[in-house]
Amino acid sequence: MRYLSQLFILSIVLFGFLEVSSAQIAVKGDKIFTMAGSPIEFGVVLVSSDGKIERIGAQSTVTIPEGYEIRKAAVITPGIIDTRSVVGLAGIFNIDHDQDQLERSNPFQPELRAIDAYNAREDLVVWLRNLGITTVHTGHGPGALASGQTMIAKTWGNTVEAALVDSVTMVSFTLGPSVSANFGGNPGTRSRAVAMLRAEFIKAQEYQNKVESGQNPPRDLKMETMVRVLKREVRAMIMANRVTEIMAALRLQREFGFELVLEGAAESYLLLDELKEAGVHIILHPTMVRTNGEMTNAAFTTAARLYEAGIPFTFQSGFESYVPKTRVVHYEAAIAVANGLPFDAGLRALTIDAARFLGISDRTGSLERGKDADIVLWEGDPFEYISRVCTVIINGQIASDTCR
Amino acid sequence: MYRLLILITSLCFGMIQGLSAQDQTIAFTGATIYPISSEPIQNGVLVIRNGKIESVGREGSVRIPRNAHVIDVSGKILMPGLVDTHSHIGGGDGGDRSSALHPDVRIVDAIDVRSDTFKKARTGGVTVANVMPGSGHLLSGQTIYLKLRDARTVYDMIIQDPALHDGFAGGIKMANGTNPLRQPPFPGTRAKSAAMQRNLFIEAQEYQRRIAEAGNDASKRPPRNLRLEPIVEALEGKRIVHFHTHRHDDILTVLRMKREFGFRVVLHHVTDAWLVADEIAAAGVPSSIIVLDTPGGKLEAINLLYKSGRYLEQAGADVSFHTDDGVTDSRLFFRMAAFAVRDGMSREKALEALTLAGARMLDLQDRVGSLERGKDADFIILNGDPFSVYTHVEQTWIDGVKVFDRSNPDHLPFATGGHEVYRGDFFDHYSTGGME
Repeated sequence: MRYLSQLFILSIVLFGFLEVSSAQIAVKGDKIFTMAGSPIEFGVVLVSSDGKIERIGAQSTVTIPEGYEIRKAAVITPGIIDTRSVVGLAGIFNIDHDQDQLERSNPFQPELRAIDAYNAREDLVVWLRNLGITTVHTGHGPGALASGQTMIAKTWGNTVEAALVDSVTMVSFTLGPSVSANFGGNPGTRSRAVAMLRAEFIKAQEYQNKVESGQNPPRDLKMETMVRVLKREVRAMIMANRVTEIMAALRLQREFGFELVLEGAAESYLLLDELKEAGVHIILHPTMVRTNGEMTNAAFTTAARLYEAGIPFTFQSGFESYVPKTRVVHYEAAIAVANGLPFDAGLRALTIDAARFLGISDRTGSLERGKDADIVLWEGDPFEYISRVCTVIINGQIASDTCR
Repeated sequence: MYRLLILITSLCFGMIQGLSAQDQTIAFTGATIYPISSEPIQNGVLVIRNGKIESVGREGSVRIPRNAHVIDVSGKILMPGLVDTHSHIGGGDGGDRSSALHPDVRIVDAIDVRSDTFKKARTGGVTVANVMPGSGHLLSGQTIYLKLRDARTVYDMIIQDPALHDGFAGGIKMANGTNPLRQPPFPGTRAKSAAMQRNLFIEAQEYQRRIAEAGNDASKRPPRNLRLEPIVEALEGKRIVHFHTHRHDDILTVLRMKREFGFRVVLHHVTDAWLVADEIAAAGVPSSIIVLDTPGGKLEAINLLYKSGRYLEQAGADVSFHTDDGVTDSRLFFRMAAFAVRDGMSREKALEALTLAGARMLDLQDRVGSLERGKDADFIILNGDPFSVYTHVEQTWIDGVKVFDRSNPDHLPFATGGHEVYRGDFFDHYSTGGME
């Protein structure tokens, strides 16, 4: 019996070891977009058994050691990073059972943690992974004054713990009519929504004062989260699409000093000077967003306009309420590139710029020695509709090996 | 002499002005032409006059009339306008919640011809659309086939069909699966859905029989029945039934009903087509499919994969695409075909699916869908490979009139969007209760 249990433990240890260990892989590409310097023509990336990039260079200069598994492709890029999604909380079936991105009992719930709802085995996550998305900034969706927290995960690993890169990345706030629609008209107007948010921020300032002056207030999960926002440990991601909402978000930021990220920003092209001056990062709405409601004025050209103005931005798959249940972030970037955004800027926004924005560029976002081996093998131009993704490597492991 | 010259010049000018754009003979030269009904033509020539195609062929083999206005489109792709077999542009609606079956409801009575959704669709190359009443019904109404011309009233867009009672070309929109399942008077199960639909067809058969029996004796004829007239038209093959269906067993239910009543049907969406492609092909029934970026969003769409086009092509079934606008954006209609090509559908079949196959599914193959002498001058000019993301539709022509020109600053915003470009009116399937 004792033997058996020892054997059991041993097998778990072994199995665990096997699960995390990686093959040594050599990825050869006709063109490698490293996103750290110029692309390498006829290059090779060596992946070590610890899942890191061991070496990268021209095939003529790098010798592939014996025993390395070889993969080839026309184009190689770093793993794609989606800087705003709800996958894992939102599931493919779109039934109550698999929709955890928005809790409707209260419009202000910054304490809700993404890690407590993320389903690492969700089909939508698998779908994105197979198309080359290796990292997602996901979590609570838009539609509440504060819907909850977000997190960063690799799209590989069967549990949230295995997938996790960062557990509390931002708090998701929303300004705009969707909040009224989701919460029975409370708040019912734009002004009231801002008033409610200001009241919460002021409450959080008072809570922080009590904590810092040693008054030991009773623990309050909402306020603890808000204090982290005030202390700029966690960023405030505010969904704001129309000029009115964007300006309100900038006003809130000035009043409370948190680190602001704008999400959506459909009319941002009308406020280029203000946004540039505020130094705000924009997670731009999906390029192909449906042009109704507060998105009526969305344009295919907004990414190009932000780029020309020097305003930092990245792309998102966002939230979808019906079919299709998620978007694919590089498909959205492709339409921006087809409408004036330079190719290189489009690819950067999906990789290194996204990694820097999320604070994870030490691990991913470019193909450089020592970084996680998150690598995508494409049949051709990553933005072309007909370029399939044939192999996806995450943390040095082959996560997908079929052309799709 | 000088005065005479001026007189002649102004006369000529007046004459040219008097001619509408349609009447003028125009020759497009230098493009690669995809006629669809025949092999691509390098360095092709298209001659149009009076809104019709006069000739199409290789340079040198086509006579360009001396009075023709010649437009050099070298380096471009010229192909037929796209036929969208299922769209919700135009701000129309359909049946209401009073019944699950609305055969008497016509979407033509609710079209807003000034809706910017038409202008938007033209930037994507769409020239003909089957505009559907929004459903969530077993039968949500009569559809209308529209040419996306500039229009003052809906009569400027409709296509005449003298075989039908009201003379407006269109079909019938039906649906099965989960969308029509709701509270009474709607069905609660799939079997009940089929029973209610079969009952309507049986009622129509009876009405048809009584009319036939009356012959020319008007006194014996049954009173007009607006609900049954269009169904009789469907039974007589004058009106095609456009049947929304997703799951494999629901698809087979449609085929079963078609066998029983003999109506002509086009399957729409056909999510699980790749599971029953052989059955669809054996039934000789065409499919109007949709390809979405990602599956899911509702239970019966979880198998919505890029490969349905390939499976149907390989099985030998006829395939077209549809935008289901606003589910997908008409501006990016080519994108859908590209995703089918990505998963193995042939380029030829995918191009046909966007044009001629769609025309066949609307009984309009004699007028549109390919570039052939005598057909409507509905065509588009592209600046590159139709399946490339970098390619734009540069011009859209309908009946010999240019209705979209990307180089025109007044037109371009309809392609790209922007501040106060769109009114934002569009058919939202989700807010109307998961109706598609």
